Amino acid sequence: MSTQIEKEMWTTKLRKGWQKNLPIEKLLPDTQPAYVASWIYLFGVGTLAALGVIIASGLVLSFEGASWYHYSSVGHFVNSMHFWSVQFFFIFMVVHLWGKFWMAAWRGKRLLTWITGALAFVGSIATAFTGYLIQTNFDSQWISYEAKDGFNSVGIGSRFNVTNFGQMILLHVAFLPVIIGVITLIHVLLVRAKGVVPPIDAFNNELGERK
Amino acid sequence: MGIFHHFMNLKAVYIHWGWFQISITNLLVILSMLLIFGLALVLPFPGNKKGKEKK
Repeated sequence: MSTQIEKEMWTTKLRKGWQKNLPIEKLLPDTQPAYVASWIYLFGVGTLAALGVIIASGLVLSFEGASWYHYSSVGHFVNSMHFWSVQFFFIFMVVHLWGKFWMAAWRGKRLLTWITGALAFVGSIATAFTGYLIQTNFDSQWISYEAKDGFNSVGIGSRFNVTNFGQMILLHVAFLPVIIGVITLIHVLLVRAKGVVPPIDAFNNELGERK
Repeated sequence: MGIFHHFMNLKAVYIHWGWFQISITNLLVILSMLLIFGLALVLPFPGNKKGKEKK
């Protein structure tokens, strides 16, 4: 029998809240509703797969350094892999966004899932932008000097100095990936907790809405 | 370095329509995404029993 103190402990509350909203059967389900058998439901996991390749190739680039990925053939390959996985990441994410928008995926108490998805999208744009700034080539020099004027014109140039390589590389390889990682994790856990959103024209008995 | 490398190093070609301006590369990416989106909606998903029953 638990005491009153044990009931009020944050660990107890967190455990009971987790068990209520996201039991292991929901976290790792064996099956999905019939309506999930459509290509449009694959773009979320496609985005996650691309993110995995981005992180893996990005780790290699950060360990080996600019002189490696500019001048060696393997470095060129990993650099290109990082670049193209970002292209596919955004393509998959935008198609995922369109699909979820047109099926009004915020239905059934899924508003927080929608909001975390939107935040992940905005955060990804910032991460991709800082990535373009730290290529250490003429392209990044051009982009940073064009962006500098844009940032200054909206009054945030003193806070985000896009020509400051040290600031941009730390944002790109440390701060923003952590933010994206945490938001993505929350997004995926919410999808598991609330279930995959059903199509708008699904019959009521097939909705799979969870209270 | 190959045709692809050569293509990647070319200057971007832009098309104009009044105030609207877009590079052909970006336009192709957006059209590809729309195509992928359309195909994802209409192509049958393998193993979809519900879809087979309808046929």
